[in-house]
Amino acid sequence: MRRRNWSLPYALFLLVFVVIPLLLIVLYAFTDEEGAFTMANFRKFLMHPEAMNTFIYSIGIAIITTIVCLVLGYPAAYILSQKQFNTSKTMVVLFILPMWVNILIRTLATVALFDFLQLPLGEGALVFGMVYNFLPFMIYPIYNTLQKMDKSLIEAAQDLGANPLKVFNKVILPLSAPGIVSGIVMVFMPTVSTFAIAELLTMNNIKLFGTTVQENIYNGMWNYGAALSLIMLLLIGIMGLFTNDEDNAQNESGGVI
Amino acid sequence: MMTKILAKAYLWFLLALLYAPILIIMIFSFTEAKVLGNWTGFSTKLYSSLFSGGMHHSLMNAIWNTFAIAMLAASISTMLGSIAAIGIYNLRSRARGIMNFTNNIPIMNPDIITGVSLFLLFVSFGISQGFTTVVLAHIAFCTPYVVLSVMPRLKKMNSNIYEAALDLGATPFQALRKVILPEILPGMISGFILAFTLSIDDFAVTIFTIGNEGLETLSTYIYADARKGGLTPELRPLSTIIFVTVLVLLIVINKRAEKQEKEK
Repeated sequence: MRRRNWSLPYALFLLVFVVIPLLLIVLYAFTDEEGAFTMANFRKFLMHPEAMNTFIYSIGIAIITTIVCLVLGYPAAYILSQKQFNTSKTMVVLFILPMWVNILIRTLATVALFDFLQLPLGEGALVFGMVYNFLPFMIYPIYNTLQKMDKSLIEAAQDLGANPLKVFNKVILPLSAPGIVSGIVMVFMPTVSTFAIAELLTMNNIKLFGTTVQENIYNGMWNYGAALSLIMLLLIGIMGLFTNDEDNAQNESGGVI
Repeated sequence: MMTKILAKAYLWFLLALLYAPILIIMIFSFTEAKVLGNWTGFSTKLYSSLFSGGMHHSLMNAIWNTFAIAMLAASISTMLGSIAAIGIYNLRSRARGIMNFTNNIPIMNPDIITGVSLFLLFVSFGISQGFTTVVLAHIAFCTPYVVLSVMPRLKKMNSNIYEAALDLGATPFQALRKVILPEILPGMISGFILAFTLSIDDFAVTIFTIGNEGLETLSTYIYADARKGGLTPELRPLSTIIFVTVLVLLIVINKRAEKQEKEK
C-alpha cells in the first residue's frame, strides 16, 4: 500500500495547531511586549507572593485530592476487578459515566448538593468537588491493570502459604503499580490545571493556579500568562515522566472508555 | 460471604456519593422553584419553558451553537483522523513514531494549556476569534482520539486482502472503498461519537478561542450564568436531558464494543 502520503495533511495540521502553538507559549514566556528576550515574566512570578502562594496551594489541593481518590478508588477498582464479587460490566460503566458529563454541570451539581444539605461552601466543598470530578480517572486505570493481572500468580502465592495480607502486599499491590501511577497522574494533572471550578465551589473565596493563568491571558497579559502556562506545563511534564507506556498500550486496544 | 456484602455495600456507597449531586439536579428539575432545594410541588414547567424559547433565547442559541460546533468538529476530525491513520499506518517506523508522539500531545496536554496555546496562535496571526476558531480548536483536540480509535482496526486487518483486491483487478480507489473502509468503519464511528461528546463537553479550550463577539456555547453560558450567582432554573432540566442522553450514548457504545469483542 502506498498511502504514506495520506499522513501529510494531518502532519501539516499537527504542525500548525499543536507544535507551533506550544512553541508560541515558550516564545511569549521569554519575551516582553516588544518581543525582546527577557526573563522578567519568570522573575515576576517568583517575586509575586500571591501567584506563588496560589501555585503552592494548588499543588497542595491536588495532592490531597489525589490521595483521597487513591484511598477511595483503589478498593473500588479492586472489588470491580475480582470475579468472586461478580460485579457486572454495567457497574464499571456506572463508575465511568460521570466523567462524560460536562464538568461545569458536575461542579454546579456539587454546589447544589452542599446547598441542599446546608453545608458551607469552602475548602471542604472544594476537595469534595475535585474528588467527585476526578475519582473515575483513578478507578479506571487501576481497574484495568488489576483486570489484566495473571490470576495464577495469586493462586501460586496462596499455595506457597502466603496469608491474604501477604498476597496483597507482595503480589497484587506491586502488580497494580502501573495502574496506580497512571491513576495518580490522571487525577493530579486535571486537578492542578482546572480553572473556574474552584471559584464556583467556594463562592470565589479560593483561587487556584489555573484561574491565575486564565485571568492574566484574559486581561491581556499574554507574556506573563504564557510564562505561568509554561510553569504549569513543566510541573505536569515532571509528573508525566513517571508514567510509562502503559497508557498507550491501553489506548491501542481501541476501547472507547 | 460477609466480605462480599461489605464489598458490594462499599461500591454502592461510592456510587451514591458520585450520583448524589446529579440526582439532586434531576429531582429538582421537576419543580418550579427558582432556588434549588425548594420543593414547590411536581411540575414540568421548566421543561416546557426550556423548549418554548422566547425568554431564554440566548440559552437556545448556546445549545444550537454547541451542537453545530460538535457536529462540524466531529465530522471533520473523523475524516482527517481516518485518512491520517491510514497514512500513519503505512509510514516507516521512525516517521510513524514521530507522528504517534505528536498525535499524543493534545491528549496528554491539560485543556488549559491547549486553550492558551491556540489562543496565542490566533492572536499572533491576527485571526479574529469566533465560530471558526472554536471549530478549528475542537478539531485539534478531537482528531488524535479518532486516530487512536481507527488505528487498531488497521492493525487487525489482514493486509493481504487489499493486495488480493488489487490482483483481482480493483483500482486502488475501489480497493480502498470496498476493502479498507468497511474494516475501519467501526473505529470511525467510535471515533466520531468520542469526538462529538468531547466537543460538547469542552469548556477550557472553548473559552480561550471563542473571542468576545458574543458567541456562546453551553459551557460558556453555564459559566457566565454561574458567575452571576444565580443559576437559570432551566439549566436543571437541560442537565437532566444531557445526562440521560450521555447515558444512552454510552450504553450504545458499550454494546458495540462488546459485540466487536465477541466477533474477535
